[in-house]
Amino acid sequence: MLAKPKVAFFDFTSCEGCQLTVIDTLQTHLGLLDLVEIVQFREAMSEKGDDYQIAFIEGSCTRESDEQRLRAIRQQAVIVVALGACAHLGGVNAMKNRWPIEDVQTYVYGRAGRDLYESYPARPISDVIEVDYAIPGCPIDRQEFVRTVQYLLQGRKPRLPDHPLCVECKLAENACLNKLGKPCLGPITRAGCHAICPSHGDGCEGCRGFISEANFTYMREILRGHGLSDVEIDAQFTMFNYYQLAAMGVDAPLSQINGNGHRRHAADAEALPASTFAAPKEA
Amino acid sequence: MTRKSTQPAPEAVNGSQVRINVHHVTRVEGHGNIVVDVRNGTLERCELEIIETPRFFEAMLRGRPYTQASHITSRICGICACGHATASLRATERALSVQLSDQTVLLRRLVMHGEMLDSHILHVYMLVAPDFLGVGSVIPLATSHPDIVKRALRMKQFAGDLCAAFAGRHTHPIAMTVGGFTHFPSRQQVQALRERAEALRADVDATVELFATLPYPQFERETEFVALVQPDDYGFIDGMIGSTDHPPRPVDEYRQVTNERLAVHSTAKHTAHQRESYMVGALARFNLKHMHLHPRAQAAAAHLGLSAPCFKPYYNSVAQVVEIVHCVEDVIRLLDTALERGIVPEDPAPVTLRPGARGVGAVDVPRGVLFHEYQIGEDGLIQEANCVIPTGQNLGNIDRDMRALVPTLLSEPEDVITHRLEMLVRAYDPCISCSTHFLNVEFVGK
Repeated sequence: MLAKPKVAFFDFTSCEGCQLTVIDTLQTHLGLLDLVEIVQFREAMSEKGDDYQIAFIEGSCTRESDEQRLRAIRQQAVIVVALGACAHLGGVNAMKNRWPIEDVQTYVYGRAGRDLYESYPARPISDVIEVDYAIPGCPIDRQEFVRTVQYLLQGRKPRLPDHPLCVECKLAENACLNKLGKPCLGPITRAGCHAICPSHGDGCEGCRGFISEANFTYMREILRGHGLSDVEIDAQFTMFNYYQLAAMGVDAPLSQINGNGHRRHAADAEALPASTFAAPKEA
Repeated sequence: MTRKSTQPAPEAVNGSQVRINVHHVTRVEGHGNIVVDVRNGTLERCELEIIETPRFFEAMLRGRPYTQASHITSRICGICACGHATASLRATERALSVQLSDQTVLLRRLVMHGEMLDSHILHVYMLVAPDFLGVGSVIPLATSHPDIVKRALRMKQFAGDLCAAFAGRHTHPIAMTVGGFTHFPSRQQVQALRERAEALRADVDATVELFATLPYPQFERETEFVALVQPDDYGFIDGMIGSTDHPPRPVDEYRQVTNERLAVHSTAKHTAHQRESYMVGALARFNLKHMHLHPRAQAAAAHLGLSAPCFKPYYNSVAQVVEIVHCVEDVIRLLDTALERGIVPEDPAPVTLRPGARGVGAVDVPRGVLFHEYQIGEDGLIQEANCVIPTGQNLGNIDRDMRALVPTLLSEPEDVITHRLEMLVRAYDPCISCSTHFLNVEFVGK
């Protein structure tokens, strides 16, 4: 690793909350600025350099023009790190993949929106370019970000835990939410966030992705035991992981994956109604 | 026509043709371009293009349990995450006839004050101040003005910790749920926040002093201002929709205010109420309810040269500084109330499901008034959703400001015009990932 590597931050389809978390990390780790040279960070700075070794990328790829930008970043960077659930998993953006793209375009923008605004089903950036490391979560965990930077500066490889969140939840001495009758995806979700949601009384929603040996069948049984319907269970599974589950195809532990909407186009896009609720009046 | 995020920047043709094309305006939240086209000395085109990728949250909410809505919609924006969550919860709660406890109302207000502080501090210190201190960003500022950066980070940390104490996290809140909260801080935590808030007053005073010395452009254009109004409070959650052009309306009538329409140059929808455009945000709130500000905030406004009605868009940042003063004082007051009453863990208030229940939630978030509206079925699944975001409401007003401003700047070099326009857009504190995302300046001919 170089003495003071040049680092750039990029954003694609996202809320920019992970970059904001990076800025917030400076509250406690202002010294990070002495260790790296930030050459590009559009949310925070006007200076712009295209000479960088490490690229942190936030956001999903949701249109063809994004692919070109991603490939250019890959070409320049020695190390590409996916920053947060949108880049790592597709995240919340992929919830729209359940419908043909024309359907969601029409719902939000009306008929005219289909022609005006380019979009396609959301993908994690690893679906487009090779990604070296990921910092999971929605948003990322500050400590994990600092640790990842530390590892990269030391020339070590950051590794993600592959054990369930329940381990950290026990260490935090939380009462098990599933035992208390509150749905929690902790048993199938990758640890690393110190169980922040269960520690605040809210069940895990799976933002860090699933562990490699997730037992979806038993997870479904637990959620059924809480009285959740199949639709509600699917909603739990897919808040951050729609892309992964859809990619599993028939193996996906879902009752209604809706025939992999993320690869479909509407059979008759012209017949789709414009919503009177969300879409603006046509000019 | 498909909107691409990269276009070649046109060159200046000759003296009477200016083509300015600023791609990806920096230090704003999201992606946008500014396009200016002057031909033969006449302004042909001047607008803010929004090139953020559309995200389709409203469509994604369909068929999902109402319990997920606030956690999904907080992901619209990392900066206004608590505001989106609160607007979402209020829409659901009003649809499902939920009666909130006084404690829930109090804690939600504290969370919103935390977010208002966090966002305003980020904006005025890290995004706006570099324009006046002659640097490109907060990063060189850390070397040239370390005391300023450390103060900003200290203030921001308090704001984030305030959100975290009650909501678990600022981006994205965890413990706010339909009908109440799932987590409650200890008395010691609240007491510690109270002490830190009081200690923050010195930083707040220094902030006012710093921003009182900056030379804000005096550009002025009369327009309509819209904000949530309450009878005797400078509040951010619920209330009526106030306007400088029209008597207050109930929030359920928000569509009569917003009148959303598509603009070809923007993936964010534009809005119009009594005239072609209106402005929301700190300056709108100040103009509509400055009389309810804390006396210290009123004194700060006077010191900063801000008085209502103010039609100077660059002064939106000044109004944000005034709101920082107000919020810190109000947080002290609200924390005192919490300590006096004691914070008691309580279950969320119950919901009443019925067919086709509709509700509107309105919250004045840092960048202006935000509306969420849901229709929820008897099965608890969301049937319809609509979100109208502050930056979208400001876009029409930004375009009109730029059109009024550019002709006064034509004798200036392009880099000066560009910088002035970027500063104007930044003054609105656009949050483009919300309204989809934002900024570039495209000059096409002078």
